[in-house]
Amino acid sequence: MIVLAMPVLLPLMTIIFLLLNFRQRAWQPWIGLTGALLQLALSVLLAVHVNRNGIMVLHTGGWEAPVGITLVIDGFSSVMLVLTSIIAVSISIYSIDAVDRQRQSFFYFPMVHGLLMGVNGAFITGDIFNLYVWFEVMLMSSFVLITLGGEKKQLTGAVKYVTLNLVSSMFFLAGIGLLYGKTGTLNMADLALRFSGSESNILINTSAVLFFVAFSIKAAVFPFFFWLPASYHTPPIAVTALFAGLLTKVGIYSMIRFYTLFFVQNQLFWHPLFLWIGGFTMVIGVLTAASQYDIRKILSFHIISQIGYMIMGLGIYTVAGIAGAIFYMAHNIIAKTNTFLVAGLINRATGSYDLKSIGGLYKMRPWLAILFIIPAFGLAGIPPLSGFFGKLILISAGFSAGEYVISFIALAVGLFTLFSMVKIWNEAFWKPAPGERNKTDRLPVSMIIPVVMLGLLTLLMGLAVKPMLEIAENAAASLLDPASYIRAVLGTAHINP
Amino acid sequence: METLLAIVIGILYAAGVYLLLRRSIVKLILGILFFSHATNLLILVAGGLVRALPQFAGDASLTVNSTDPLPQALILTAIVIGFGITAFALALMYRFYKSTGTEDLDELTEGEHK
Amino acid sequence: MKSHIVRLAASKLLPFTLLLSVIVFYRGHNEPGGGFIGGLMAAAGFVFYALAFDTQEAEKKLRVSPLTLIIAGLSTAFISTLPALFSGNPFFTGEWISVTLPFIGKIKAGTPLLFDLGVYLTVWGVMLTIIFNLMEE
Repeated sequence: MIVLAMPVLLPLMTIIFLLLNFRQRAWQPWIGLTGALLQLALSVLLAVHVNRNGIMVLHTGGWEAPVGITLVIDGFSSVMLVLTSIIAVSISIYSIDAVDRQRQSFFYFPMVHGLLMGVNGAFITGDIFNLYVWFEVMLMSSFVLITLGGEKKQLTGAVKYVTLNLVSSMFFLAGIGLLYGKTGTLNMADLALRFSGSESNILINTSAVLFFVAFSIKAAVFPFFFWLPASYHTPPIAVTALFAGLLTKVGIYSMIRFYTLFFVQNQLFWHPLFLWIGGFTMVIGVLTAASQYDIRKILSFHIISQIGYMIMGLGIYTVAGIAGAIFYMAHNIIAKTNTFLVAGLINRATGSYDLKSIGGLYKMRPWLAILFIIPAFGLAGIPPLSGFFGKLILISAGFSAGEYVISFIALAVGLFTLFSMVKIWNEAFWKPAPGERNKTDRLPVSMIIPVVMLGLLTLLMGLAVKPMLEIAENAAASLLDPASYIRAVLGTAHINP
Repeated sequence: METLLAIVIGILYAAGVYLLLRRSIVKLILGILFFSHATNLLILVAGGLVRALPQFAGDASLTVNSTDPLPQALILTAIVIGFGITAFALALMYRFYKSTGTEDLDELTEGEHK
Repeated sequence: MKSHIVRLAASKLLPFTLLLSVIVFYRGHNEPGGGFIGGLMAAAGFVFYALAFDTQEAEKKLRVSPLTLIIAGLSTAFISTLPALFSGNPFFTGEWISVTLPFIGKIKAGTPLLFDLGVYLTVWGVMLTIIFNLMEE
């Protein structure tokens, strides 16, 4: 069952190969791309296997479940692994020309794969302390990526990013300490088993809140999101796209995992809280985006707004709600990364990210307009693109669960998202270009391929919504049935003590 | 002992928050360090303070009255991670000072809007 | 630093620091010590050397670049996971053999030791990379 550890080992091997060929700068992108492609193949294989045979478990080192570190891949994890590797492949292709040579020869690709290792590790681990370690692996790589190049603007963004993420790690660690002190276990399945019968307890609630704050900071949820727009526009666009696709989603993944598997008491407290916070996150994100004129900042604020939808799915807490959150997450990872990649293309074509100083792109490059329309309208929720179905599933789940307020908010926020996307469209593509053109060089093919690829995926997710939704529903159903997870990890002997 | 350590942890957290809110980036990093030390102590106390031999220390005392080694292992891992992060934060601080010529975070945000 | 005393001390102390780091590394099996601390000690020796002379001089003394150490460390740690695969045990299982060496006696060697060696080399390399970079600026 070594294959279960492969999502972590494969990036590690890629890093080793990248470092071995450190002097050959020209090889770096290709080694990175090969690693990413292998990862895609592996994760698809794993997903097919999990879909057929159920949850896969590996007890590392031969130490049985509550003692050793367990690696677990269930439906939710496997979906996230596939999405991660799709982003990995597109970023690897895009970076060939989008990232300058100086950065490429200074550990850019090893760091990207370090980040992927952390993200994959966080998705497959079944142990809360191990999750913390993977978070740190991911964070360290992201720290280097965000500061790589060392421009003044980057450093100022990085200070905020680093500080808030470290504070969040400390919250996470404190939560782990308290939880261990109370229960004496770190294994997620074991925790779920111990909590399933017990009354709520002050220490457990404390650690639940600590975890909530930690993951909220990572996921950039409403009161904790300020680091994201302050830092995401500073690094090169390929790095921003990678972060936008993956980092916040790891926070959401952990939140969904923790609050469906073992923090399941006190639902009367948590679920309304999730709904409120989800609503605020959506509204604040989308309203602040409306006042921005830098494309990257508009898109950064939209990340926050769309995180709200996923929290809303968790707050509804039905199979349809969680399935909606998973589907929305899949849609968002692909479409959001894609919009950032298109923003990079716009910058290449016009030399600026500022909407006030660019324009006339539709006349100059009509195909670029099409490439922008697909992910942008996907985010806004125009049928038949993936975002429409994501919102539809979530909102209908909200209505059938009787959560009318949040559902109406979600509808309204969709309209505002459309407003922002139309604003970028009007300013960048439709209005005549202000001043004379200075940059008209050809766009490199390697930057267009991933955009086309992700655009096709957005279309495909909209057109083939039924099988996609089935996968999401299976994952959600197994999330809401913690007994199956516990049985897979601990074996049947532990279920009836 | 627990009470004393709880007070120490509280003081460390308070000092950490105070330092985090300062404008100087040096103090910011010190604040993060205080935070991480407070958290490590918290794990130690939460894991239970027992005056006993470390586990696997001798042959006779293998099972009798031994402390739980896991919190210590967790703290060790956290310290190692914290160590790496400190190294990174110091390097960041140095580059920051080199490229901006200031260690005051407020001056910097003003510069950004100009 | 142009003090002769410091320079002399640095060059004389370096072999002993390295020896001590290896001892601490091997001791780390059953007693306090281990790859991380050993790696730090090894790095400390070279950092002291670099303080006394300069970083170029220290890198010359090191003979290989810190990056090579990192690569070697990561590869060693990775290779240490492979024996468990071939013997059919779960991933990361510790596999042990005992070797009898002349003069030293019986020593136990196994994949955890190999993994720790990877940690030792990686920590050594990473520390030197960071500190040398900071010192050069």
